[in-house]
Amino acid sequence: MFEQLINGLTQGSIYALLALGFTIIFGVLRMVTFAHGEVFMVGAYSGFVVFTHLQDSLVLAIVAAVVTTFLLGALMEIVAFRRLRDAPHFSSLLVTIGFSVVLTQLALLIFGAEVEAIPMRQIEGLAFSEIRIGEVYVSYLQLSVLGVAILIMAATFLFFKYSRLGTAIRATAQDHEAAMAMGVDVNRIFTVTFAFGSMMGGIAGVLIGFYYNLFYPTMGVMLGLKAFSAAVIGGLASMPGAIVAGLMIGVVEVFSVDFVNSSFRHLIAFVFMFAILLIRPQGLFGSGQLRGARGD
Amino acid sequence: MLQLNDVHTWYGSVHALRGVSLTVGEGEIVSLLGGNACGKSTTMKTILGWVKPRSGEVIFGGQRITGKRPPQIVDAGIAPVLERRRMFPQLTVRENLMMGAWRRRDTAGIAKDIDKMAEIFPVTASRAGQAAGTLSGGEQQMVAMARALMARPKLLIMDEPSMGLSPKFVRTIFDLIIELNRREGLSILVVEQNANMALSIASRGYVLQTGEVVIADTADALLNNPQMQKAYLGIA
Repeated sequence: MFEQLINGLTQGSIYALLALGFTIIFGVLRMVTFAHGEVFMVGAYSGFVVFTHLQDSLVLAIVAAVVTTFLLGALMEIVAFRRLRDAPHFSSLLVTIGFSVVLTQLALLIFGAEVEAIPMRQIEGLAFSEIRIGEVYVSYLQLSVLGVAILIMAATFLFFKYSRLGTAIRATAQDHEAAMAMGVDVNRIFTVTFAFGSMMGGIAGVLIGFYYNLFYPTMGVMLGLKAFSAAVIGGLASMPGAIVAGLMIGVVEVFSVDFVNSSFRHLIAFVFMFAILLIRPQGLFGSGQLRGARGD
Repeated sequence: MLQLNDVHTWYGSVHALRGVSLTVGEGEIVSLLGGNACGKSTTMKTILGWVKPRSGEVIFGGQRITGKRPPQIVDAGIAPVLERRRMFPQLTVRENLMMGAWRRRDTAGIAKDIDKMAEIFPVTASRAGQAAGTLSGGEQQMVAMARALMARPKLLIMDEPSMGLSPKFVRTIFDLIIELNRREGLSILVVEQNANMALSIASRGYVLQTGEVVIADTADALLNNPQMQKAYLGIA
């Protein structure tokens, strides 16, 4: 039971990280990105490449994912979204779908369609050394995934609450014209925010890639969809909402396997989300109105 | 101090400013008057670098600032108090003030100015930790002014400071503007529809109509100008 809960929370923390990325990007740029799942995949592959070719260190793999997806996010924002800021919403939505296709195809070209895995001799140290917590054994890898996810979430909260840049990002989200009047370079804030949100996706990608030791070009599709749903359930612009919803979905999914065939787990997750939205259409933490929307 | 020379600004195919020229002297209060859609806001946005003029120039403190980006305009020493106050509603009052000092790096100086604001606008201290969106309109106007002053501007541009406030409160705000002007030698450009109020504190005024300055005169002369009285001062 406790073991299952840990499994669920681990899975859920990944959803939460991804959902948090969606939420941050949406909260500031008022834009939904459908390339988030593919950024996640890029993060996973960056970690994979560094781990298998450079040095088998999980920390280094995470750093690789952070750097790659941060830059990728910044690039996407500068190349595409800056030009479309005043365009109708569906234009940028289409562009994000375009990005997702391009990234998937690139991964197919570079890595091929078959599933890659880190060779056993390299990962066994991480995956098979366990520590005991009470009655149960938890692998170092699982603990690392959960630990890193929690750490990143906590750091994100502190960053937005207390740092100078974090405050400016919140200010820009609430009223970007007023921010401009203070001399904030709003374009730069948008770029940093998109990069930051993408980076959250990238970290989630490297964590789950290592957790399951599976890497393939379409690995982000289902996860991106689920994380987007988690973000919607959380209230779309609410960071605590994204985290709670992400964790809930992970736990529900893992526990559902006890009752139904495991191939139904995705279905269960979506039915669960559908049920929540029937009860609270505005999402768990949504106020019916976007949090961070203009005040007047 | 501030000088606009024959400024033409376009929005796409709309010719919004048709050759606006005006000056604001050092330590002077000048009002920019006019009805809806006369070009008041566009003039402000052009000065602030939010829109680029197609021709003409903006000079501030002897420097040509035409076409500079908003952060550089703030650095040059121009800070606006936007129409409707435009608080960051979910940031605290203190965080709002800190945002006003965004371009500054002198931590000690910023802390000192926060204390100074507490003196001039007590509400910034008594409500420091409260979300700015929960304050009343009048209190928000105080915070908005304090926030703009946190940039240590040489020129303060106030866009419709009287909008949505009670006459009594408008008086309080305008008294504060006069005091700031006297004490700090701050130049102030008041962009207003409420011509009576604006001219009562300004030394000079400009009247804008469809993107052109139609009258430019001293405040006293404007108050006695029959054309003004009819169109803007509500005196038949």
